[in-house]
Amino acid sequence: MAIVDIRNLSKDFGGLKAVDGVSFTVEEGEIFGFLGPNGAGKTTTLSMLSTLLEPTSGEATVNGFDIVRQKDAVRKSIGIVFQDQSLDEELTAYENMDFHGRLYRVPPDTRKARIPELLRLVELEERKDDIVKTFSGGMRRRLEIARGLLHEPKVLFLDEPTLGLDPQTRNKIWEYVKNLNQTKNMTIILTTHYMDEADRLSNRVAIIDAGKIIAIDTPQKLKESIGGDIVTFKTSDNKAVLELAKGRPWFKSSKEDNSHVVLNVADAETNVADLVSLACGAGIAVQSISIHQPTLEDVFLHYTGKTIRTQEADPKDRMRRMRQMHGRR
Amino acid sequence: MDAVYTIWLRSMKRYVRSKSRMLGSLGMPLFFLIILGGGLNSMVDTGMGTSYMGFIIPGIVAMSVLFTSMFSGIQIIWDKQFGFLKETLVAPISRLEIMVGQTLGGATTSVIQGLLTLIIALLVGSGLNITPLGFLIAVGFMTLMGVAFTALGIAFASKMDDMHGFQLIMNFVIFPIFGLSGAMFPLASLPAWARTLSYLDPMTYAVQGIRYGLLGASEINPLTCLTILLAFTLATMLLGQYLFKKTKI
Repeated sequence: MAIVDIRNLSKDFGGLKAVDGVSFTVEEGEIFGFLGPNGAGKTTTLSMLSTLLEPTSGEATVNGFDIVRQKDAVRKSIGIVFQDQSLDEELTAYENMDFHGRLYRVPPDTRKARIPELLRLVELEERKDDIVKTFSGGMRRRLEIARGLLHEPKVLFLDEPTLGLDPQTRNKIWEYVKNLNQTKNMTIILTTHYMDEADRLSNRVAIIDAGKIIAIDTPQKLKESIGGDIVTFKTSDNKAVLELAKGRPWFKSSKEDNSHVVLNVADAETNVADLVSLACGAGIAVQSISIHQPTLEDVFLHYTGKTIRTQEADPKDRMRRMRQMHGRR
Repeated sequence: MDAVYTIWLRSMKRYVRSKSRMLGSLGMPLFFLIILGGGLNSMVDTGMGTSYMGFIIPGIVAMSVLFTSMFSGIQIIWDKQFGFLKETLVAPISRLEIMVGQTLGGATTSVIQGLLTLIIALLVGSGLNITPLGFLIAVGFMTLMGVAFTALGIAFASKMDDMHGFQLIMNFVIFPIFGLSGAMFPLASLPAWARTLSYLDPMTYAVQGIRYGLLGASEINPLTCLTILLAFTLATMLLGQYLFKKTKI
């Protein structure tokens, strides 16, 4: 049985379709990656699945419960770690956990046993009686993850759980997540900006753009679906080289990314020489060239025509983030 | 009930932990008591057989309750901004439970704050003779008032996204409510038009009720005060619940 079953789910915000007829299922015990640029509808979808938002149309069930008609049962079945922090900074780590346990009606004995155990898991045991205000970003994240696990949810939603964390902390968090998935058969649905993480962790990945699912499969199959290898080059006249390359049998597809051209090429190691000689023959200087196996990043570019990097550097988004941080003080 | 208790407990923990806020909010009442009470004590005849100092103590206690409870309600905005509200909203509890827990938390802190003000006022010296029954009556009115104004604060907070509107509420809601309530002067001394405004101010009835408890005399019948305050409390609870239910994060 699918633990999450989404059928034609949509959400409008005053005419703006944030989520537009999304359908997919997630099987029990799966780690499911949800990828997309900012504003693609990832968080909106998670908000609907966690009953914080009501869908405009469509249906979804989580753990067999309807997200509109059986909100309480859905809420009991899920744990969620939000993109933005959601701890009470004036309480201690233990109190934050305890508060959560009480709200989810975890019996007192279970609470007392499980809180220290979970704090140990995220290596915050020694700081359990410290006020959260004194915690670093990574510690807060780990505490939030521990808190999300306290009521032993069937499905854990992680919305950008590693955003803004250093690589070491990120690795640690993913280790926990993977471990939980394996030992407790917990289903995990995550969104992340870090494609390598999504690739390494997820059993399956869905790519969403402008509110629509555009690809959904295992990371391996998605990468294969592009076909061939990735050749990225920069020359003094990108357009001319691209025109020349298009006539070749090894050419599959292309994308222009700022000053570079990204090509999908069959058997690139053999055929890259042909590409270089084409450029030289036309008297165009090759400034740089590289070959690599496709990554999810390339899959993303292939399907959306955008890279995650340019998304992150979006100035409006940076401003919003800064404003949020100022608003916190 | 568990959820209501949990949310109430959180308010208490935060309150006990923030000693600076607790002391800070005693500053203004104390200031009013000493400057106004001390300065005007010999000049004002309250017409009620008490000194002016004694007369304003219930008013200042009510003021403490008003400020503390409104702030407690408005604190939901902080929870919104710090993201903590999401954690409560996504839990398997109803919004009614959250709202009631928050309201009771705010009411409790404001009554404690009111009692601290009262203790300080009595220490400063007033010569009040408070009977146990009178004390209970005063606490009862303080509680109702605390509930009502925390709920009103929640209603405002539900419509606001950040603290920008806070100054507006301070100047156009809290101060007028306090100023018109007769906390600092007898209603009888007002011109007729101003007295009408005072009668429209719900805090007037809380002040009168607390005054009846602490001084044994009031300008409005305490039962009338109780009825009106109960109705007001019910109305703000309903309004707070209605708006909080619709609040988006």
